Amino acid sequence: MNDSKANTSKPGDLLLIAGLIVVGLALTVFVLLSRMGGQSDDLTVVIRQDGEVVAALPLDEDAVYTVQGEDDAVNRVVIEDGAVFMEEASCPDRLCVKQGKIRYSGDSLICLPNRVVVEITGQDDLGLDAVAK
Amino acid sequence: MSARRVAQYGLLIALAMVLSYVESLIPTFFAVPGIKLGLTNLVVMVALYRMSSRDAVIINLVRILLVSITFGNAFSLMYAAGGGLLSGVVMILLKRTGRFRLQTVSIAGGVAHNVGQILVAMALLETWQVSYYLLILWWSGLAAGLVIGFLTAQVVRRLPASLFGPGTAAERDGDGKGDGK
Repeated sequence: MNDSKANTSKPGDLLLIAGLIVVGLALTVFVLLSRMGGQSDDLTVVIRQDGEVVAALPLDEDAVYTVQGEDDAVNRVVIEDGAVFMEEASCPDRLCVKQGKIRYSGDSLICLPNRVVVEITGQDDLGLDAVAK
Repeated sequence: MSARRVAQYGLLIALAMVLSYVESLIPTFFAVPGIKLGLTNLVVMVALYRMSSRDAVIINLVRILLVSITFGNAFSLMYAAGGGLLSGVVMILLKRTGRFRLQTVSIAGGVAHNVGQILVAMALLETWQVSYYLLILWWSGLAAGLVIGFLTAQVVRRLPASLFGPGTAAERDGDGKGDGK
């Protein structure tokens, strides 16, 4: 019967799962390496709304930036002691606030409901290179 | 469409909606959006393994639409559709090859679901900076697929053959003879 066959191991199983794990590990290594590489002093905090850059602030200067969106959507981004966090947000799940502080190049805070992305980039990454990445 | 099939769809879609609701009650402990168990995929997989690919696609589409209208918004619909459709396609194709067991198909489906959501997020947010999320959602999709695959295998094994079998030719023709339910 079909379901008894569905439950026994087949030759492809090990291969596919091994493949998924290998890609996962490669991703892990890639993310860890890109973080280690990006700890220079001149990092920029780029705030985007609907894909448009609304602010680019230096990471080493404390600042507060409030993103205003449609329907009273608000995200308050705070830069403090070389780290960025979302202090307040109007979105229902507030996952962006729960994401806590980020401080490395490539890290980002994403607020899906308000379509706000806060990401840390090296200064060289700004402009076209950030797109080409 | 036979009355039997209509009843099966109704039952499975209702179950998928209840499971979505149950899952929405579980508080999010994780800061990354998208990490979840995907209980409703259990229903889609049962349809895939006990009915047919076509039935699984129909049930998948209807539950995505209904769940998003009921519990979500336009954006959650896009994320759910991106994840649900990609994982549905991947699972159907993998099952068709006949080279993978149910649990493996589920794991691949879990990963594909999260990759689909990331692709939608990349399009909506117009950003390429998603490697960190992809990393976390890759592993969480793998883990969720493992759990759901285990549960589905148990459910598929225990369901009475008469309940969600493909049905006899007579039943498919709308006769419904010998349903007994």
